[in-house]
Amino acid sequence: MKRFAGILLAGAVFAGVVLAANALTITGAGASFPYPMYSKWFDEYHKKDTNIEINYQSIGSGGGIKQVTEGTVDFGASDGPMNDDQLKAFQEKHGFAILHFPTVLGAVVPTYNIPGVTTDLNFTPEALSGIFLGKITKWNDPAIAGANKGVNLPGNDIVVVHRSDGSGTSYIWTDYLSKISDEWKSKVNKGASVNWPVGLGGKGNEGVAGLVKQTANAVGYVELIYAIQNKMPYGTVKNSSGVFIKADLAGVTAAAAGAAKNMPDDFRVSITDAPGKAAYPISSFTWLLIPAKFSDGAKRDALKGFVKWMLADGQNYAESLSYAKLPKEVVAKEVKALDGIQ
Amino acid sequence: MSTASTTLPSAGPVVGSRSFLRRLREGDEIVRLITFLFAASVVLITLLLVFELWQGSVLARHKFGLAFFVTKVWDPNFDQFGALPFIFGTVVTSAVSLLIAVPLGIGAAIFLAELAPARVSDTLEFFIDLLAAVPSVIYGLLGFLFVVPLMRDFIQPRLKDSLGFLPFFKGPAYGIGFLTAGIVLAIMVIPYIISVSREVLLSVPRDQREAALALGSTRWESTWKVVVPFARTGIMGSIFLALARALGETMAVTMVIGNTPSISASLFSPGYSIAAVIANEFTEATGDLYPQALIELGLVLFLLTFILNGLARILILATSQRGSGMGNA
Repeated sequence: MKRFAGILLAGAVFAGVVLAANALTITGAGASFPYPMYSKWFDEYHKKDTNIEINYQSIGSGGGIKQVTEGTVDFGASDGPMNDDQLKAFQEKHGFAILHFPTVLGAVVPTYNIPGVTTDLNFTPEALSGIFLGKITKWNDPAIAGANKGVNLPGNDIVVVHRSDGSGTSYIWTDYLSKISDEWKSKVNKGASVNWPVGLGGKGNEGVAGLVKQTANAVGYVELIYAIQNKMPYGTVKNSSGVFIKADLAGVTAAAAGAAKNMPDDFRVSITDAPGKAAYPISSFTWLLIPAKFSDGAKRDALKGFVKWMLADGQNYAESLSYAKLPKEVVAKEVKALDGIQ
Repeated sequence: MSTASTTLPSAGPVVGSRSFLRRLREGDEIVRLITFLFAASVVLITLLLVFELWQGSVLARHKFGLAFFVTKVWDPNFDQFGALPFIFGTVVTSAVSLLIAVPLGIGAAIFLAELAPARVSDTLEFFIDLLAAVPSVIYGLLGFLFVVPLMRDFIQPRLKDSLGFLPFFKGPAYGIGFLTAGIVLAIMVIPYIISVSREVLLSVPRDQREAALALGSTRWESTWKVVVPFARTGIMGSIFLALARALGETMAVTMVIGNTPSISASLFSPGYSIAAVIANEFTEATGDLYPQALIELGLVLFLLTFILNGLARILILATSQRGSGMGNA
């Protein structure tokens, strides 16, 4: 009996130690696109301040918005900003607002597989919208060939590949298409899942990449990071200044800088088709969604501390993981906005 | 079915308080209660499932009504949701898979149970059980990396050349689509059919075979005319199991079906299944109506499974009553 009590006591002490060590666990959920970046940050931050542990579930942007609105997580994350209805729903449920904080930037690139074509293809906005609307069906269509003089494009049917799962990547891609094509905007519009006029659906970046690689004359879209890591060919896209830009981190940051001047106070801004000669047009911020009020003061201070660190030292980790850094103007604005969290 | 009829009498009024107490003391009554609770939990879970799906799709059901079943458009941006292409894809891929898997599976089971030496049969059975336990994503990978290129470069062009006059084999050969999904599903469900059918065939009493042989029938005649009909109910059971897996399969199907909500007579055409669209879109479904429409699709899949199982059961009843003395298995 004595021994039993001893074991119990030891157990209780152990549990106490564990609880004390985990004094502050912050939970978040949402976008999967920035997950590698976030898990690196949370890990580094935990090393810096061992009292704070941030758990993040990459369940998708839609899931992140849902969970943070329900109040089951402390913060959310999304590749697309919350729309007005979602903001209103949050306000009505909690009595205070939810704030957007851009963390890093990503881009989406058109990838293709045309037998015999090894050079980078140039895509005009008209060509991309035409292909994805199903109006341009052959590779040697003048809309494509006109921007690719000297490339021997075949007269084969284009096989369009898109994401089948709801994703931030599709959101960015369709957001771009709705900006450059009125027909796309009225017929399809933007969203994580849309009613694609043509094409095959692949699950995840790897599904799209696999289908494009396997299928001759296919064209699809994947995240820039994915294309770089898997050494996939991807084309340049003509930006709003008329320059063909091959996506890279500098081009993405340039798109953000172009938009930074007119950055709204709530950071909900789309930077697809951004102004600026060097801007890559299919770029986007990804956001943390943080409630404006916390009932737990310690949690609030810890999360604010993390965001401050992320905006300063944290940004230096971005490029090694192929994410584009935030422009300085945006960082300065965000540091100010942090005071809005109470 | 027979278990229900044997437990019924004991569930009737207790023969006297004395015997009830005695049975309680001896534990019989306790065991009966506990096992009854386990059995009842199955019914409860089913009802709970239907209730949750019903509750969770209330907005979508009210908005679309029965039109949900016949609408072809699935457009989250414009709040247009119809289940028809997904129902079509689910039924077609399951039908193709059973068309392939049933003859192959039953043929293999007959060989293993009736013709192969016991050692060969047992060894093969080990591999079949292994195949049945392989996770579906592995079959999906096999389908995507091996079956899809094979279909696109080899099988589909040949089918087009030889049977291209049929409406089933028209259109561009992408390699993915209804046919490929059906084939991958067939590969997945064959082990179920073989394994269960073999067990059932092996359990057919020896004297049935001997009687047939004694009457002068050949080995094949005794197998096909006596043993197989005797085991028919069990074989049908294996086909149900296969059908259930084919209807609900998600991962392997989404990797090879093309994920495009379309209705086409051509089996080369890309399609979509109910389970696949739910898995693909649910995590990113926002707003009120969109997630509810996906939940309603779940309800439709449940109904579809229910109806197809019911039809198959009626089919069994009808065929087993025709034979003599075979309805008792």
